[in-house]
Amino acid sequence: MSFLKAKFAAAAILSVLAVPAYANTLVYCSEGSPENFTPALNTTGTSFDAARPVYNQLVEFERGTTKVVPGLAESWTVSPDGKEIVFKLRKGVKFHSGVNGFTPTRDFNADDVLFSFERQWKPDNPYFKVTGGAYDYFNDMSMPDLLKSIDKVDDYTVKFTLNEPNAPMLANLAMDFGTIHSKEYADFLLKKGTPEQFDQIPVGTGPFSFVAYQKDAVIRYKAFPAYYEGKAKIDNLVFAITPDPTARYAKVKKGECHVMIAPNPADITAMKTDPAINLLSQPGLNIAYWAFNVQKPPFDKKEVRQAFNMAIDKAAIIKDVYQGAGQAAINPIPPTIWSYNTAVKDYAYDPEKAKKMLADAGVTTPLDIDLWWMPVQRPYNPNAKRIAEMMQADLAKIGVNAKLVSYEWGEYRKRMQQGEHITGQLGWTGDNGDPDNFFFLLGCPAARQGGQNLAKWCNKEFDDLINKARVSSDLAERTKLYEQAQVIVKEEAPWFTIAHSVVYEPIRKEVVDYKVSPFGRHEFYGVELK
Amino acid sequence: MLRFVIRRVALTLPTFVALMFVTFIAVRLVPGDPIEVRTGERGISPERLAQFRHELGLDRPVWQQFLDYANGLVHGDFGVSIVTKTPVLHEFLTLFPATLELSLCALLLAVVIGVPVGVLAAVKRGGVLDHAVMAVALTGYSMPIFWWGLLLIMLVSESWGLTPVSGRVDLINYYFEPVTGFMLIDSLLSDQEGAFWSAAQHLILPSIVLGTIPLAVIARMTRSSMLEVLSEDYVRTARAKGLSPLRVVGLHALRNALIPVVTVIGLQTGTLLAGAVLTEHIFAWPGVGKWLIESIARRDYPALQGGIMLISGIVIVVNLLVDLAYVAINPRIRHG
Repeated sequence: MSFLKAKFAAAAILSVLAVPAYANTLVYCSEGSPENFTPALNTTGTSFDAARPVYNQLVEFERGTTKVVPGLAESWTVSPDGKEIVFKLRKGVKFHSGVNGFTPTRDFNADDVLFSFERQWKPDNPYFKVTGGAYDYFNDMSMPDLLKSIDKVDDYTVKFTLNEPNAPMLANLAMDFGTIHSKEYADFLLKKGTPEQFDQIPVGTGPFSFVAYQKDAVIRYKAFPAYYEGKAKIDNLVFAITPDPTARYAKVKKGECHVMIAPNPADITAMKTDPAINLLSQPGLNIAYWAFNVQKPPFDKKEVRQAFNMAIDKAAIIKDVYQGAGQAAINPIPPTIWSYNTAVKDYAYDPEKAKKMLADAGVTTPLDIDLWWMPVQRPYNPNAKRIAEMMQADLAKIGVNAKLVSYEWGEYRKRMQQGEHITGQLGWTGDNGDPDNFFFLLGCPAARQGGQNLAKWCNKEFDDLINKARVSSDLAERTKLYEQAQVIVKEEAPWFTIAHSVVYEPIRKEVVDYKVSPFGRHEFYGVELK
Repeated sequence: MLRFVIRRVALTLPTFVALMFVTFIAVRLVPGDPIEVRTGERGISPERLAQFRHELGLDRPVWQQFLDYANGLVHGDFGVSIVTKTPVLHEFLTLFPATLELSLCALLLAVVIGVPVGVLAAVKRGGVLDHAVMAVALTGYSMPIFWWGLLLIMLVSESWGLTPVSGRVDLINYYFEPVTGFMLIDSLLSDQEGAFWSAAQHLILPSIVLGTIPLAVIARMTRSSMLEVLSEDYVRTARAKGLSPLRVVGLHALRNALIPVVTVIGLQTGTLLAGAVLTEHIFAWPGVGKWLIESIARRDYPALQGGIMLISGIVIVVNLLVDLAYVAINPRIRHG
């Protein structure tokens, strides 16, 4: 009886505390639950999207672009040798109050910046091991190798010292792992003995403050009135977790959601003609490719790789497999990234010429090769097996017998990185919009056994270009270098570039100023409901 | 009776041990491990992989991992989710009320419709109604849940606009924190006008989808059990005494016919919890089924093992209770 009474009392208290529901509520149909609300710990878009309304970074990507703009740092200067970046921090930035009773007593300052990075970097940080402490992105972006030190110059100035110049560093810091947390909140929870709450109940400086999360059901946020760029135009933001794409679309049609993630390709045509829906689209920041292992004959010969590029009917793959949600890839970077070389032309589909080139290169047919396809659907490749089958049919026309091979996803990647394949499919989704984040996949360091260069192709001229571009802070010079690099890649043909996916986002007509992010992010600050 | 109960309870123990062993091994037979699944295209260096495997205890011999796990279970510790770092039992208890609420509604629907329909079919044996009921029951029994759910969403929610598409309550107009985890109760406790009705509306389609198969099974079982009872001597005697057909069927026949139906209802618990996996996915229902599917995809061993153990445990206990209830209402078993 007393248990029931307590439950009722709790309900009464909660109903008083409950945020009133406004008409000005935007509902986003997301696809899954976040692992937690600390981006540094996570690797999935679902988790990043859930944390993003709450947080800011020092520098950020301008909404809908890959351009790096000021965030919590209002300006920065890079030293002439490229090894020091000094950030001037924004003053008067407020942190949210936590739903667990935390009330900030001070504004954002340099201590918060140091804490946010040291948690991921320094094992002696009290939060280093909290919630598993994996920090995959911090490590994958080589931050421990790149960073020499991060120092507080004064309360509003922070200096990042690098071991070597690195132009993509700014773009790295705009990534989700560069999120700035409140050190005061961290200390508060540590004192309370509940540090793990830090990753479950987020407190940030972002446009929306966290209200509640019910696993697999809903995440609620409300507009933060003191946000440094002004209060959001919507009062409440709700993530309705809806895993099935057909159900998501039905909810958008009925007005139960305003924006949805990842529509079913089969629904795209209907969405285009739906009067209640605006179907936005943008090429994804990704690439699907088919790598030729140049360490295995006959792919050590450039002419053979070129012949294989001509043997595949790419247009048929785009039409059949991507069903309108993909565009043919010409370069190893997607066209949304700066330095994309529009002058590079793709190999034309020409099986006859391919056959002749093979013969000229001394390849006797029938030639047996293997063709690996990954066992999972990826954002850049909806059906690798189907693509492999189409390639197999095309290759048969030039006298090549391709044996289709696959393994469990983890095993597949491991074996490909070891270079066990002769040819194989994979792809890449960009992290920070910097060309280097794609070109490194073809660099010499990644061509080692176990490295991510799956063609195992190491071209000195190409490598010099991308290394030079990585350390230069002159954008025009970098652009030129990357453009040259793309010419080499096309000529050397270590890959058959398959496609960049096209990302579709259906939104209801009453949603104003929503922008599709090239990173596949879902951002709601600046969005309005008519 | 007591001896039967003790014997029956004792028999569940080896079932639990076998279940624990099979679950533990089966989960590890799924290719891939939790760390490699997480890393995606970028992969992970062998050093970091080894470090994480060590931290999770995955580098120890499997038998040692099993003993630790069994020891934890004996002490009520189901482990911690590799993905969310939350205790598995806590996650399960947070999500289970949603599954239970849906399953109970589906079962209620199945019983409330299935039993009368089965009785009617038996009474009108060989007639149009009987054939119709049996045809519909067969269709219901063979219904692919995924297809059925999406069809209902498109038809009832989208085209006719009668019910919401998915979720548990209208998220735009209502907000309250869960107290019991049962949305119908929480919506009442919230004191927000219309919240209960919204929660009830959200239950309609998933209950129909999840209840379809049990409904078909219960209707068929009731029919065949009724047919058997209706041919018994005591029913003929009741009729001969001039009792009204309603009294004969309702009082004398149905009471006895329901005994095997009760067993079937108990057995449907497993079907409901298993069927809930798909229903929860389609209707964005935040229950344990959806959570288990995600745990498989993420190779979250503790969550997967714990979830299967807990659900199986519930099924075993429910079946045990049904067996005991069956014995209580049917003396022939007790003395047999």
